[in-house]
Amino acid sequence: EEKRAGPASTLYCADGDDSLYPIAVLIDELRNEDVQLRLNSIKKLSTIALALGVERTRTELLPFLTDTIYDEDEVLLALAEQLGNFTMLVGGPEYVHCLLPPLESLATVEETVVRDKAVESLRKISQEHSPVDLEVHFEPLVKRLASGDWFTSRTSACGLFSVCYPRVSSTVKAEIRQHFRTLCSDDTPMVRRAAASKLGEFAKVLELDYVKSDIISLFTALASDEQDSVRLLAVEACVSIATLLPQEDLETLVMPTLRQAAEDKSWRVRYMVADKFSELQKAVGPEITKNDLVPAFQNLLKDCEAEVRAAAANKVKGKRLNIMLPFIRLIQYTNQHVKSALASVIMGLSTILGKDNTIEHLLPLFLAQLKDECPEVRLNIISNLDCVNEVIGIRQLSQSLLPAIVELAEDAKWRVRLAIIEYMPLLAGQLGVEFFDEKLNTLCMAWLIDHVYAIREAATCNLMKLVEKFGAEWAQNTIVPKVLGMANDPNYLHRMTTLFCINALSEACGQEITTKQMLPVVLKMSNDQVANVRFNVAKSLQKIGPVLDNNALQTEVKPVLEKLASDQDMDVKYFAQEAISVLPLA
Amino acid sequence: SWMEGRSTPMIFSACVREWNNVTFSDIISTVEFNHTGELLATGDKGGRVVIFQREPESKNELFSQGEYNVYSTFQSHEPEFDYLKSLEIEEKINKIRWLPQQNAAHFLLSTNDKTIKLWKVSERDKRPEGYNLKDEEGRIKDLSTVTSLQVPVLKPMDLMVEVSPRRLFANAHTYHVNSISVNSDYQTYMSADDLRINLWHLDITDRSFNIVDIKPVNMEDLTEVITAAEFHPHHCNLFVYSSSKGTLRLCDMREAALCDKHSKLFEEPEDPSSRSFFSEIISSVSDVKFSHSGRYLLTRDYLTAKVWDLNMESKPLETYQVHDYLRSKLCSLYENDCIFDKFECAWNGSDSVIMTGAYNNFFRMFDRNTKRDVTLEASRESSKPRAVLKPRRVCAAGGKRRKDDISVDSLDFTKKILHTAWHPTENIIAIAATNNLYIFQDKLNSEMH
Repeated sequence: EEKRAGPASTLYCADGDDSLYPIAVLIDELRNEDVQLRLNSIKKLSTIALALGVERTRTELLPFLTDTIYDEDEVLLALAEQLGNFTMLVGGPEYVHCLLPPLESLATVEETVVRDKAVESLRKISQEHSPVDLEVHFEPLVKRLASGDWFTSRTSACGLFSVCYPRVSSTVKAEIRQHFRTLCSDDTPMVRRAAASKLGEFAKVLELDYVKSDIISLFTALASDEQDSVRLLAVEACVSIATLLPQEDLETLVMPTLRQAAEDKSWRVRYMVADKFSELQKAVGPEITKNDLVPAFQNLLKDCEAEVRAAAANKVKGKRLNIMLPFIRLIQYTNQHVKSALASVIMGLSTILGKDNTIEHLLPLFLAQLKDECPEVRLNIISNLDCVNEVIGIRQLSQSLLPAIVELAEDAKWRVRLAIIEYMPLLAGQLGVEFFDEKLNTLCMAWLIDHVYAIREAATCNLMKLVEKFGAEWAQNTIVPKVLGMANDPNYLHRMTTLFCINALSEACGQEITTKQMLPVVLKMSNDQVANVRFNVAKSLQKIGPVLDNNALQTEVKPVLEKLASDQDMDVKYFAQEAISVLPLA
Repeated sequence: SWMEGRSTPMIFSACVREWNNVTFSDIISTVEFNHTGELLATGDKGGRVVIFQREPESKNELFSQGEYNVYSTFQSHEPEFDYLKSLEIEEKINKIRWLPQQNAAHFLLSTNDKTIKLWKVSERDKRPEGYNLKDEEGRIKDLSTVTSLQVPVLKPMDLMVEVSPRRLFANAHTYHVNSISVNSDYQTYMSADDLRINLWHLDITDRSFNIVDIKPVNMEDLTEVITAAEFHPHHCNLFVYSSSKGTLRLCDMREAALCDKHSKLFEEPEDPSSRSFFSEIISSVSDVKFSHSGRYLLTRDYLTAKVWDLNMESKPLETYQVHDYLRSKLCSLYENDCIFDKFECAWNGSDSVIMTGAYNNFFRMFDRNTKRDVTLEASRESSKPRAVLKPRRVCAAGGKRRKDDISVDSLDFTKKILHTAWHPTENIIAIAATNNLYIFQDKLNSEMH
C-alpha cells in the first residue's frame, strides 16, 4: 500500500531545524529520467553538498559524480562548472584534491565544451592547491592526462601545464617541459592543435632561457606541421612569443617562421597572418613592421585567394596610408567579396586622414564604389556614411549618392531593399529635410506598397523614425495625407498598411493629428469587407487609444469596438474584446 | 602472397546477418570497418545501422577468433517528406564512416540522401542504486522510516551498449548525397552530392562550406555529375572526386577556398575503335578509394577496376577486367537498368590486393604483384562454415566450357555484390549480398592464432 506524505518530520539536518526533504528530492533527481530535473539538481549541487557535510561529500557524493560521465552534455557541462567552485564544500584547500577524480573523467569526454569547462575548473582549483599538494596530486593528474590512451585526455592536458609550472620544483618543471614537448609532436592532429593553441600561454610562464631553447623549436616545428590546421595556430602563438622576446632576438628566432607563414602554401595560414596582422605588428615593434610586415601585408592584399585579401583589407584601417593607397586602388579591380570588405573599412579611414586627404584620395574611391555593380559594396559605403559626414560633410557626395540610393531602393533582391531602408533615417538626418522631400520621399512611400511584407513593415518603421527626426508638422504635410489616402486602395494589404502606419505614427504625431486626421479613417475602415482589415482596426484602436482624448474614446471609439465585438468573424470579435478590456472605456 | 596456390585460402567464417523474410528494407546498402577493424557497421535500405564486434581471442576453440557478432542495432534514419518540393526522402543509408577513436566511445557518421548524422556508440556497465524517497521499483517510501540522506551508489551491471545521436548535419544538400569522408585533421569531413561538395566541422552543424560546385548556370547544360569523393588519408588538404564521365579530379584546399579548379585531372583517353552507345555509361566511375599509403587511387567503372598513380594523370597504372564477358550483353543490361549499378571497390591493408563485386553473388580479387585474380562466390549454398571457398569461373558466350564453369547466360543479375569492405590490417573481408552479410577470412589468418 502506498503512503503519500508531505515533507516528513523525521528528515532533519544535524542542526535540527531545516527539513532535509527538499535535499532528498534533489539527490533523487540527480538520476531522474528528465534531463531538465537532472540539470536542476546538478546546478544545486552546492546545496546538496552543504546538507551532506564535507565528509560525506568527499566519500559519497564525489565518487558517485566521478562515474556519472554518461549524461547529456548540458548536465556534464554544469557539473564541470560546479566543481570549479567546490573547494569549501569538500573541506577547504586541504581537501581540494578530492575534486580531481570527477574533473579528470570530465576532461576525457568527447564534447569539446565539456572538456574545456573541466579544464577551466581544474585550472581554477589548481590555485587552491598547496605547493606540496600540487606536486603530490595535481601534477600526477596532468601527467596521467598527458600520457592517456585517448587523444581527448591528451588535448585536455595541454591546458594544464601553464598553471602548475610556476609553482613546482625544478625537477618537476623539467618533466612538465618534456611532456609538453611530447604533445607538440603527438600522432594526432587534435593534440598538436591543442598544444599549438596553448604554446603562447605556456611560453609566458617559462623562464626566458627555456623560451629561447624549448619554445622556439616547438614553435618552428608546429609552424611547419604537415596539417594546415596546426600551422595556422602557430601564427597565433607567434604573437605571444614575440612579445616575450627581446627585440634583438626577434629577427633570428621568430621572423623566419613568420615570413614563411605569410607565404604558406595554404590560404588558411595566410588568412591567419592577415587576420592577426594588427596584433603581430604590435608584438614585433615598428622597425620590423616597416621592413618586413608591410611588404608581407602588401602581398596579402594582392593574395590569389579572396578570403585572404578580404581579411587583409579589413586591417587596412590604422596602416600608413601612403603605403596602402596604391593597393586600395588595385583592389577596385578585383573580387566582389574583397571590395565589399574594403568598402566597410574605407569610410573609417577618413577620420584618420582628415579633410584634405579624404577629398583628394578617398572621395574618388567612394564615388567609384557608389557606382559599383555589386549592391553589397554600395551598401557598405552608404552604411558608413556617418564617418565621412563628420569629416567632409555629406554634400560632397550627394550628387553621386542619390542615384546609388535610388538604385538600391529598387533592387530586385528584397534584402538589399531592406538594408537601404534601415539607413534612411540616418541619410535623412545628414542630407536634411529639403533634400529628403525633393528626392527621397517618393521612395519611402513606394516601399509602403512593396510586395514583400518585410519591406512594408520596415517602411512603416522608417516613417516613424523620420517623423521623430523631422517633427509632427512635417508629418502632417508630407506623410499623413499619403498614408491615409491608401485607406481607399482596392488592395486590402495596402489598406492594412495604412493601419500599421497609423499604429507607428500616432505617438510621434501627437494627439491632435491622431484624433482629427487618423481616427476618422480608422473608424471608417471598421466597415471593411475583409475581416483581416477589421480586426486590425480593433488592434489599431487599442494601440492609438492612449494617444486619443477621452471624449473621442468614449463617443467614437467605444461604439465602433462594441460593434466589432459582435462581428461574425471570431478573430475580429477577439481583438475587439481585447481592445475593450484594455482601453479605459466607461 | 596469400592468394598463391591452387585453391584460395579464403575460408568461410560466418554469415552473421540474415533475415528469413527478405523485405526491401533489409537490403544492405553500405559496409564499413572501423579504424582498428574491431567493429564493422552495415547500413540498410530501411535506415537501420547494425554494428558487429569481433569476438575476443579464445584459445580453446579453433577458428573462434575473428568471428563478428552483433554488437548494437539502431534506427539511424526515418523516411521523411519534403513538403516544399513534394519529394519523399528515403531512409536508406548511403554511407557510413567511422571517426578516429577519441575516447572509450566510438563515433560514426551515417547519411541518407540528405541528412548526415553523427552517432556515439558507448558501453555502460554500472548503474546507480538507492533513492531517498522511493525504492528501486519506484514505490514511495514511508517517510517516517527515512531518517537520513542517501547518496546513490554505482553498482555493476550487465554490459549495455548505448547508441545516441550527437549531431545532425542537415539542409546542405539539394541533390543526393553519395559520399562522406572524414579528414585526417580529425576535425572536418566532407559530404558530396551529385553536383556539390561541402566541408563541415564535426562540432558545427549550422553551417558548412561549399568547396566544389559543378552545377551549370543552366541545368540543360549539365553533362556530368559527381559520383564519389574521398579525402587523402594523410594530407588534410587533398581530396579526390570522380565523375560520371570517367574522370578523377584531385583538389588541393590550400590553393583556394573554392576548389572548382582542380590540381590534377586523371583521365584515360578513349579508344575510338571500341566506342559505342554505351561507352559513356560504362566509363562512369562508381567508386574511388585512396590506397592506405595515399600514393594510389582505386576506381571502379562498370566493367573494370583501375589503379591510378597520383603522379601520373594520363592513364591508369593498372586496369583489371572485372567481368569483361558482359561486354556483349550491354544491350540487355541497359534494358534491365543493371548497367547503372554502382559497384564499390576496396584495398587490402597493404595495398597489394584489390577487391570489387560482380553479379551472381560473385566478387573478384586481384593481386597487384602476382597479377593473379580470383572469382569467389558469397552464398550459403556454396559455402559451409569454415570451408575453403572454391574459385568460380564464368565462361564467356561461345567460349570453351570446362567442368564447373558457369555460362554467362545463366548468371543471376538480381544477385549483385555492390558493397564490400576489407579489414584495415588483416585479411578479413565483409561482403554484402542483398540482405546477407558474409565475413570471410584468410585461412592463414585464422590458423596463426
